[in-house]
Amino acid sequence: MAEIILKNISKKFKEEEVVKNLNVTIRDGSFTVLVGPSGCGKSTTLRMIAGLEQQSSGDIWIGDECVNDLPPGKRNIAMVFQNYALYPTMTVRGNIEFGLKNKKVPKKEREILIREISEIVGLTDYLDKKPNKLSGGQRQRVALARAMVKKPKVFILDEPLSNLDAKLRSQMRSELIQLHKKLGTTFVYVTHDQVEAMSMGDEIAILNKGTIQQMGSPMNVYHEPNNIFTAEFIGTPAMNIFEYNKVKDHLSNLSRKVKFVGFRPEHALLALTEKEKDAGYLKLASEIITMETLGAETIYTVKNEAGVMHIKSFIPPFENAKELLVSIPYEKLYFFDQEGKRYRSVSTRQMDTALAGGA
Amino acid sequence: MNTTIPYKLLNGIGILIVVSIFAFPFVWMISTSFKSLGETMIFPPAWLPESLHWENFTAAWNSGPFLTYFKNSIFVSISILILQFLTIIPAAYAFARYQFKGNKFFFALTMITLMIPAQLIFLPVYLQFSAWGLLDTLWALILPFASSAFGIFLLRQSFKQVPEELLEAARLDGASEWKIILKIMIPIAKPVLITFGLFSFITHWNDYFWPLVMTTSDVTRTLPLGIAKLREVEGGVAWHILMAGNMILVIPILIVFFFAQRQIIRAFVYTGIK
Ligand SMILES: Nc1ncnc2c1ncn2[C@@H]1O[C@H](COP(=O)(O)OP(=O)(O)OP(=O)(O)O)[C@@H](O)[C@H]1O
Ligand SMILES: [Mg+2]
Repeated sequence: MAEIILKNISKKFKEEEVVKNLNVTIRDGSFTVLVGPSGCGKSTTLRMIAGLEQQSSGDIWIGDECVNDLPPGKRNIAMVFQNYALYPTMTVRGNIEFGLKNKKVPKKEREILIREISEIVGLTDYLDKKPNKLSGGQRQRVALARAMVKKPKVFILDEPLSNLDAKLRSQMRSELIQLHKKLGTTFVYVTHDQVEAMSMGDEIAILNKGTIQQMGSPMNVYHEPNNIFTAEFIGTPAMNIFEYNKVKDHLSNLSRKVKFVGFRPEHALLALTEKEKDAGYLKLASEIITMETLGAETIYTVKNEAGVMHIKSFIPPFENAKELLVSIPYEKLYFFDQEGKRYRSVSTRQMDTALAGGA
Repeated sequence: MNTTIPYKLLNGIGILIVVSIFAFPFVWMISTSFKSLGETMIFPPAWLPESLHWENFTAAWNSGPFLTYFKNSIFVSISILILQFLTIIPAAYAFARYQFKGNKFFFALTMITLMIPAQLIFLPVYLQFSAWGLLDTLWALILPFASSAFGIFLLRQSFKQVPEELLEAARLDGASEWKIILKIMIPIAKPVLITFGLFSFITHWNDYFWPLVMTTSDVTRTLPLGIAKLREVEGGVAWHILMAGNMILVIPILIVFFFAQRQIIRAFVYTGIK
C-alpha cells in the first residue's frame, strides 16, 4: 500500500509534449480513475508510473521512495492491460506463477498463493488450460490473478474492461470494486468512459491534452466542475452550455467576465405553458426536435434562442407537444469565463436582482 | 469450392501425378538399394528386387571409413545447429525489439549476405583458414556457418509479431531480458525455430561442396563425400551399393523429419498470437 506522487511530470515524444507538468497525489488505498478523451495521455501517465516509459522531467514517488530510476520489475506495481497480455505458451498456472518465480518465491509458498488467488477469482478449474482456451472474462480474471498474486503496493489498470461485452463489463466492474475493498491497495484505473469513472472511482482525475482538468470525488466533479471541459465531459447527456449573450435578455446584470452559461439536463423543469410568475428561473420557450422515451426518463432535444439543448425529465412524456417551456432554477446554473474557467462569484442574490432588472 | 464427382476425380489424378513425380526418384533409390548387381542392369528395368539384398548396406558401409564419416557428419551438423541457435536468437531479438543506432543498417547488411553464394566466398575463407592452420579440421566445416542470416531473418519476423504488451507484462513481473527470451520469445517462436533447425541440419548434413573444398583426409570428411566416393570404383558404377550409401545418408533425416513433422506444419500455418 502506498500513495503515489507525481511531481512536475512531463513527457515528450520527439517534440510533441503529451503530458504537461502534471502534479498529482494519488491517495494511499484510493481507487483513483484517470479519465479523459482518447489520446489525452492517460496510458502514457500510467506507463510512467509503472516504469514502462521514462518521464522527460519530474519525479515519481511511490510510498516514500523516489522511483525515477527503478526498473518496472522493482517498483512493486502490478498492471492489468487492455488486451490482458497473457503469456500464450504458458498455462493459467504458469501465467500466475511467472512473477513469483522471478521473485524467487519457494515452490511450496507459490502453490499456496496460487491456490488462494485462483479461488478468489474463480479459476481453480482452469489452472492447467492455456489462455487461448478461455473466454474473455476468464482471461481478464487470469490477468487480475497474475497481478494480485504478487501482492503489489499499487495496482494499475489500463482500460481493462473495454474488450468485454456490456453485461460482463458491468459484472467485472462490481467485482473490481469489491476486490479493491478487500485488498485495500491503491488502484489507479484508466478509462475513457466517464460512466465507468463515475461508478468505480472514489477519486477521479480528468485529463485533457496532457493536463489535469480537475481532480476530486465523483460527486464533486459532477456538481462542482471547475471548467467547461469537465462540465461537458462528466454526465450523460452532457451539460448544456451556451453563450451568455444569447440569453442576456433573461439574465442581465451579470459580471462582464461571464461568457458562458450552463446547466445539467436533469435540472431543467418542463411545462407546456407558463403556470405562474415564478421568480428564480431562467425560462426559455423551446421547440421540441426529438424525444427519446427510455421508460423511467425521457430525453428531449429542444431548440430555443440559446441553441440546441438536451433535457432529461422524469415526468411522463409530453406525447403530442411541439413546444415546451424550459425553466432552469438560477441556483442550478453554472457560469464560465472566456477561457472556459468556472466563474463562481455569481450569487443567487445577484441573480434575483438580475431578474428584477430583466423583468 | 467445386465438389462434383468429376472434379474430385481430376483433382485426385492431379495430386497423384504430382506426388509420383516427386516420389519416383526416392522410391527408385529405395528399390535399387535392395537389388543385386544384375538387377540394376537389366532392361526393361526391374521395379522391385526379387529378394532384399541387405548386404548392399554392409558393403557400402565397409567400403571406407564410414563410421568416421558418420560421426563427423553428426558432429558438424549438430555443432552448427547449436552455434546458430546461440547466435541467431539474441541477434533476432535485438533486431526485432531494440531501437539502437544502426539497427536498420546492420540488418540490411545481414540480409545482403544472403545473396552471396558460397562459391563466391570460399576462396577468401579458404585462405583465412589456411592462415589460421584450420584447414582439414572440423572447425573449417563448422565455424563459417556459426550464424545464419536466413535464421536471423526468419526469427526476427516471428519475434516482431509478439505484442509489446507481453514483454511489458513480463518486465513488470520482474523478468530479465534473458528470461524474456527464454520463457516468452522462444516458446512462442518454437515452430519457427524447429523448422529453421531442420533446414539447417539438412543443408549441412547433405553439404558436399564445402567439405570437399576444406578437407583432404578421411578423418575429417563427412558422409556425402564418402558416398560420392562409392562411384569411384573400377569397372563402372555399382548402382545398388551407391543407392544403399544414399539410404544411409537420408535415413537420419527421415527420422528427424518424422519427429518434427507436427511442428513444421504448425510453423507454416502459424497465424500469430491470440
Ligand atoms: N511511443 C510513442 N511515440 C510517440 N507518440 C506516442 C507514443 N505513445 C503515445 N504517443 C502519443 O501520445 C499521446 C497520448 O497517448 P496515450 O496512449 O497516453 O493516450 P490515451 O489517453 O491512453 O488514449 P486512449 O484512450 O486512446 O488509449 C497520443 O497523441 C499518442 O499519439
Ligand atoms: Mg490508452
